[in-house]
Formats: sequence, structure tokens, C-alpha cells
Amino acid sequence: MEYTAEVLDHFMHPRNVGDIEDASGSGTVGNARCGDIMKVDLKIEDGVITDAKFKTFGCGAAIATSSMATTLIIGKPVGEAIKLTNKTVMDALKGLPPVKVHCSCLAEEAVRSALWDYVKKNGVEIEGLAPPKDEAELEHIGLEGLEG
Amino acid sequence: MENIIYLDNAATTRVRAEAAEAMRPYFEAEFGNPSSIYELARNAKRAVETARGEVAAALGAQPTEIYFTGGGSESDNWAIKNIAESYPERGKHIITTEFEHHAVLHACQYMETRGYEATYLPVGTNGVVDPAAVEAAIRPDTALITIMLANNEIGTVQPIAEIAEIAKRRGVLLHTDAVQALGHVPINVKRLGADFLTVAAHKIYGPKGVGALYARKGTKLKPFIHGGAQERGRRAGTENVPGIVGFGVAARLVAEELEREAPREFALRERLVDAVLSAVPDSRLNGDRFKRLPGNANFAFKYIEGESILLLLERHGIFASSGSACTSGSLDPSHVLLAIGMPHGEAHGSLRVTIGRYNTEADIDKLVEVLPGIVRRLRDMSPLH
Repeated sequence: MEYTAEVLDHFMHPRNVGDIEDASGSGTVGNARCGDIMKVDLKIEDGVITDAKFKTFGCGAAIATSSMATTLIIGKPVGEAIKLTNKTVMDALKGLPPVKVHCSCLAEEAVRSALWDYVKKNGVEIEGLAPPKDEAELEHIGLEGLEG
Repeated sequence: MENIIYLDNAATTRVRAEAAEAMRPYFEAEFGNPSSIYELARNAKRAVETARGEVAAALGAQPTEIYFTGGGSESDNWAIKNIAESYPERGKHIITTEFEHHAVLHACQYMETRGYEATYLPVGTNGVVDPAAVEAAIRPDTALITIMLANNEIGTVQPIAEIAEIAKRRGVLLHTDAVQALGHVPINVKRLGADFLTVAAHKIYGPKGVGALYARKGTKLKPFIHGGAQERGRRAGTENVPGIVGFGVAARLVAEELEREAPREFALRERLVDAVLSAVPDSRLNGDRFKRLPGNANFAFKYIEGESILLLLERHGIFASSGSACTSGSLDPSHVLLAIGMPHGEAHGSLRVTIGRYNTEADIDKLVEVLPGIVRRLRDMSPLH
């Protein structure tokens, strides 16, 4: 299995690691059980994403896709940010090994989940944004796998 | 690749110079087929038989009890499937453990599709099988017990001699996969008491693609590959002469060096474990600290994932392995770590370091120098920390 130079670059030098105090929207997806958890915080001003930060528990691809996803949405209006797909992230990284494609799906989901949180908190609407796939599960992410 | 620090000796090892040199003539000048009748062939045949003697001696076995194979997985498959072939009159029950190598686990699962039942014993949090549990699992229809001598991930050494006594008393055959143990702990098949035993060359500084199955005199062993008369008609196919020659040399040398090498690896391991556990918070050693192979350390680091650790170690030229899902190509982490009761999240954050004959104190010190920073760096990025 080989990572592209872009994946390794974003893994070795991840962009936008951290948290945003008073984030406009925050989303956490994945679970400890399958080894990937991504948290994305967004700062949104006048409908534009002015900052994005992430924290990820996961493999090289998980960290790289989170990093790339944040760089791709900063400066974008929310209406455009929702168009971010796992394919956009993968293309920007010049591809992922087949077993790592799910990491890019998780990055897409993390961004959508943060946007959904923003929508709920602010009572606004973003056309085309569906609720996160497994919202119920997201309420209590599988942290139980880390206890004991 | 001279500046690498290779700490993945349980995955494979570098072929030692003595083995590589011994092999070379059998690719070139001595290329004969051992089954032919002229001098060239007789040299190849003699070389195979010398190697058989060397492997047998390393195990305390007779040369006639050694069958060369294509590696550890083949030997495991042969020993397990042979039960149906050679002992059809016996019952159809196999006892094994939850944390065997996949060559054993998947062969047992295959047997389950062929009318056999298998019991997968739990191993407990220390990673050591309880002989009493093995005895309790024996049924009137139990044909085979197959339990590894040492685990490939956590290195824990199993009480095979005790289990062999139970097996013998209860009239059940015993196979043990000794692939990881050879060269690291003393092995004598007579003292161990197993009926079948698996070994492989590439874990002991020999070549890949060659192994052996020991079958105690008096056991039945049906052919695994049908064809020519090689391996006394039980494993057909022209012998991998260079591979077998390299295996013989490697087996002889690890047996000779064991008394010096095992304490040396143990000292390096202890240095590593002490240093890592004291330098890295929320870390621990997986599996029993002392009932394990001298060169094996397997750590759990909470809140982070193993593949990330490996990628960062590689930046420092250090190669190791992990039981995380990302390194296994599935969504589940190592079945071994789950079997010893580790929660999924922690199993994803495991790091296996396996020390071999080429490792030095400087290797360990370099790992100890960089590892705490790597763990810290990944934890700073982790939403769980």
C-alpha cells in the first residue's frame, strides 16, 4: 500500500489542527471501534466559512483527508462547502489506496455534520444539506471502545 | 538501506550471510534436480539431506521426522487437514485458541465446513492459555489440539509441554505452530511432546518460502501434494534446494547461538519496555511481561492509531508493526489483541516491536528517543485526548 506525496505531506504537516472556541458549527463522526474519529469545527461569518479546524484519531489517510478537507472549505460560502465530496478530497490528494477510501468519506461526513450543527444552532437553512446519515449515533459516538 | 532500524523481526528477518552464501551454489553450479541420478543431482540431494539433519538437530528430532514445505502456513494447513486424511476414524472435534495465526484459525474454520467442530479457547488478558481449560474442552470426539508455542503479535509463550501431557493422557493429537518461537526459546520436540510442529526459515534469518513440518515417529501423515516421490512421497514437487540449504544453515546457527542471543534480546526488550512505559503516559505492555519471547514488546498507546505511529517512525528510519485495522486491511483491529480483552480503540493504538540478532542498544535508544514525541504529536491531533 502506498500513499501519494500529497497524502504524506498532509499527514506529516497537517493543516488546521485544533479546536475553535465558540465554533459556529462542530461535527464529530466515526467511532473508536473501527479506528477513525474526526472532529471538525467551523467558524462561519455572513454565510462564509472563515476558519476550520480538525482533530482526528486515525491512520495516515484519516489525518490527511481531514487536513485536506479543511483547506478546501476555508473561504467558501456554506452553500459551496456542502458540495465537498469524498471524491473532491481524494482528487486533491491525488488518490488514496482502495482500503482508505472510507477515510475520505468520513472527511466529507465530518464537514456535513459540522454544517448541520451550524444550521441547527442558528436556525438557518442551507439548500441541499441533508441531516447527517446517522445522527442518532453521532449523539453518543462510540467512545466506549476506549474505556477499560 | 543501511541506515534503517529494523524492529519487525516477527514479520520476517534478513537472510544471514552464512545462509545466503551456502545457498548461492545451488542456484548456479549445483543446480541439479535431487531426483536425477548423476553426480550433479546427487550433490543437490545430499545438500537437502544435510539440511534435513540440521533442522532436525535444531529441534531435537530425527531427520526422518522432518518434511520440508513451502513455509509455515503450509505446514499448519498440512498438520490440521491431515487429521481428516490420516485419522478419519477419530472424532471430528478440534481444539484451538482464539489468538492463533490465521494459517491455523482459517484452516480450522475450513475444517468446520468439512464436518468438523472447532473450539476456540479464550486466552485471558495475559495472553497465556490455561492447560486446565484445554483439558476441560477435550471431548470423547476430540481428534486434535492445535495451539501455538509463541504468539506472533504479543510473543506470549504457551505451556505446550503441559498441554502435551494432557493430550497424551487423553489420547488426543497435538500440533503446535513454533514459527515465532524457533531461535528465541529452546525447542526440543521430545521434551515438548507435540506430535506435529511447524517451523519456517524466514523468521530465523533464512530465506522466505521454505518451512518444515515435524511429524513425530509413529504418527500418520498423508501426502499434502500428490506427484513425485519427494519428501518420502508426502510432499511432491522438485525441492527448493537453495531454500532448504539456507534453512538448514539458519536453523543450525540459531540453535547454536540461542544461549547467547536470547538473554541479549531480553536485555534489549527490558530496556525498551522500562523506558517506554516510564516516558509515555497512558501506555502499557500487552500480554504477560515475562511469559513471552525475549525480543517481543507490544505496546498500547491510548487515544492514537497504530498506522500513524508507524508512518512517523518510518520518517526516522525505524520499521515496526501494529495491530490496528489500517494495517490489516479490515475495519477490525488484530484478533490477537481483541482475544486478550483489549477494547477496540486501544487495539488500534498498538505498536509491536520485535528484536532480532541484528539489533543493538543504539537501535533501542533511538526508538526510545523518538517514540514519546511521536505519541505526543498524534495525541495533540486526537479528539479523544
